[in-house]
Parts: sequence; C-alpha cells; structure tokens
Amino acid sequence: MSHTTMNLNLKVWRQKNTKTPGAFEMYRVENISDEMSFLEMMDILNEQLITEGGEPVAFDHDCREGICGMCSMYINGKPHGPWQANTTCQLHMRAFKDNDTIVIEPWRANAFPVIKDLTVDRSAFDRIIQAGGYVSVNTGNAVDGNSLPIEKAKADEAFAAAMCIGCGACVAACKNSSAMLFLSAKVSHLALLPQGGPERKTRVTNMVAQLDKEGFGACTNTGACEAACPKEISIANIARLNKEYIVAGLTSE
Amino acid sequence: MTFKQMFTSSVGKKLVMGFTGIFLILFLIVHAGLNATIFANDGGLMFNKAGHFMGSNAVPRILEIGLFLGIFLHIYQGYLLTLENKSKRAVGYAVNYDKGSKWYSRSMAILGTLILLFLIAHIYHFWTPSRLGGMGGIKALGEVEHNGVILHNLYAEMDLVFTNPYIVVLYVLACVSLGYHLAHGFQSAFKTIGVHNKKYHTMLTSLGYGFSIFISLLFAIMPISFYFDWIK
Repeated sequence: MSHTTMNLNLKVWRQKNTKTPGAFEMYRVENISDEMSFLEMMDILNEQLITEGGEPVAFDHDCREGICGMCSMYINGKPHGPWQANTTCQLHMRAFKDNDTIVIEPWRANAFPVIKDLTVDRSAFDRIIQAGGYVSVNTGNAVDGNSLPIEKAKADEAFAAAMCIGCGACVAACKNSSAMLFLSAKVSHLALLPQGGPERKTRVTNMVAQLDKEGFGACTNTGACEAACPKEISIANIARLNKEYIVAGLTSE
Repeated sequence: MTFKQMFTSSVGKKLVMGFTGIFLILFLIVHAGLNATIFANDGGLMFNKAGHFMGSNAVPRILEIGLFLGIFLHIYQGYLLTLENKSKRAVGYAVNYDKGSKWYSRSMAILGTLILLFLIAHIYHFWTPSRLGGMGGIKALGEVEHNGVILHNLYAEMDLVFTNPYIVVLYVLACVSLGYHLAHGFQSAFKTIGVHNKKYHTMLTSLGYGFSIFISLLFAIMPISFYFDWIK
C-alpha cells in the first residue's frame, strides 16, 4: 500500500474555560501521514502551536486503543468522525484527502460543559453509574463458571450492552442531548443477568432520576445514537430500559 | 416510584406520548373505517347513518371525550418535550449530524404542527357544524330523512367542502404529514412502551411503514374522490 502525506486545514473550537464563550480558529497542518491516527495529527498541531508560542488545543485521550472511552471530538458533523463503529483515536488520516478542511467541535450538551477547547466534563455519567449501575448484593467469592446457568444468547446480549465505554457519543449525536443509549446499556447488561435481578427496580428508578437531574434530554428514538456509537450498542436496549422502568413503576411499593 | 414520578420523568413523559400515540392510531382506524362508507355508492346513505350513530349514541359520545383528552395530552406533552429537549443544548453544532437518523424522525414536532393546523380546519369543516350546528350562528347541516329518522347530511357537506381545490390540496398535504408522522411514530411508540423483543420489533417496524402508507392513502383518496366525482 502506498504511503501518502497530506496538508489539511483545521477549524478547531477554542474555548478558554466553561464560563468564557468559545469560537472557531483556523489552523494549517502539513505533511500529515495517512497512517497517523487522528490524535497523532492533533499532537502535531499542538507541537506546532507550542513552537510558535501559542496555547495547545486541549483534548481528552488515554489508551489510544479504542477501549477506554476518553477520546471524544465531533469531527465533520459526527461524533468520533466519519468511520462506523470507531473511536477518534482509531480514526486514521486515510479517512481524509489532501487539502480537506476538517471541522472539530467538542461534545455539545448542557450536561457536558466544556472544560477547555475540546475537553468536556463527563462526570454526569459517573454520577448516573453511582446511582445504581452496579450490584451491591453480596455475591460471594468467584464461583465455578458452570455453576451459574446463563444461556449463551443472554450472556452475549449482556456482553454486547456491557461493551459501552461511556464516551458520550450518544449524547453528542442526539438532537435532544439524551443519554438514554448509555443508560440503557448500563441497565441492560445487569438486567439480563441473574446477579442484577434483586436490585433491578431500584436500579432503573434511581438511575433515571439521576439522569434527569443531570439535565439530559428525553429519547425520541431517532436512532442517531446507535449510528454514532463506537461500540454499536443497539437501540433495542432503550426499549428494554423502558420496559424495566414500566415494570418498576407499576410493581414497586 | 410514585405514579407522578413514573409519568413525569424523561422516560415517563415519553410513555405519555407513546400511549396516547397508540390510542390515536386506534382512533385513525375507526375514523378511516367509518369514512370508507362513502365508497358504498348509495348517495351517502350508509355514511350519514354511521354519522348519525356516532353523533347520537352515548357510547361514541363518551369515547369522544377520551379522544379529545388524548389529542390534547399528545399535543401538550409533545410541545413540552420538544421545548425541553431543545433547551438541553445551549450551544449548537456548526455541522449537524443528520446521517444517523431519518429526517422525519427528527421533524416530529413540525409534522405534528402541520397535522394540528389541518385538524383545526377539519374540525371547523365537519365536527362543529355536525355537533353544534344551528347554535350561536354556526352553520347548520342539511338534513335527510331515512325510515322516519332525520339524519344530518354530512355526505352532502363533504361533497360541498371538497369542491374547493385548495381545501382538497390542504387535506392531501395533511395526509402526507400524517404518513411521515406515523412512519416514525408507530414503531417509536411501541419501543417507548418497552417492546424490545427482536421478532416483535421487526414485525412492528414493517407494520408501521405499511400502516402509515395505507392510512394516509386511504384518507387522501376521500377528498380526491369527491373532487373528481368518482363516487355517487
């Protein structure tokens, strides 16, 4: 495969802090290899900015392997950029062409306030998890795998929901800034397994209440979240969440 | 969880939309079925008799109150949710993400508003003269006699209203809005009330598209048939 380089125009959202309004700035980066990841391209931009005596662009990243959920960036009108089932760190520059202008924005939602530039505060997700996204009943020591009878299809479905890395792309993609895909994944992976059974009603009640407190919007099933999710979490989980919620509402004390 | 909490949370408000939506879908079936009697080609006799029953019998009159409540709740909650959801993103995007969802899924409020505007005209055309005709200067409908029973001649009124091509176009456009509103609303309502099983989901999605096309075509063909004198 031939290796090419490209020159790019970047339209990047710059914002000093949460309180100061931000604006777009134009930058030019040159000799970008098509084998670089998007974040490596951002590193080059930042080195360039530092050399010129400017302020580097703040952005979130950690593992750069597509599994931690730290990277964000809304690239050319899609969370995590143009590829499907992909995180920004795993987006490679071969997705772009020479002289392209790339628009880079932070996740935009009141519940995700911008800390600086492209970095947003996603601690609302942590507080939703704290409200019930765990099993607190004593399940004892690790048991033999075969002693818990869970059918393969259920286990797979629970695992598919547990794939959610909590990056917040669903909120960024949704016209309502709804976090329902995230919440439904967290409720579903426990609702599908026996360990999640005893606390299922309080879990869904408390997590929905916390979600509303954080200021996310309501779901209208447009499907944008599912299409943007780097882990391809199914929107069917939202319907399962709704069922869990109705059952909890009708049968709780 | 209290019932108040259940129906006022972000999931609860959607439940109200879903349940009233399904209720209104059922109403559409009844309405289309009754209206289809215009195709009996009996000069509107069967249609006028059906209209007389709906207007004079206690059962449909009581159900009608439920219908108006359902419509009101659906509209009120719909606007409330739209405004609330809009307010959750104070700073918008420079480039919008519109590839991941259908335009009509994102435009439910606009499509609903178009249907509401039509509904006001529609109620003014038929419901008001039929229920309140003769009162306070409201135009009374013509009457026909059948077996000693005086019936409102709603059929003649339809024939008259649909001689105006602008009204026919308005009704047909409303049917298009309704079709797209249902194309999203039908399957979304069932997801909202918790249907997540794959087999039902696939079935309801296809059924939803089929129903949206069928019901909007059926309603649209009615004013068109009157305008072109296809029915006698």
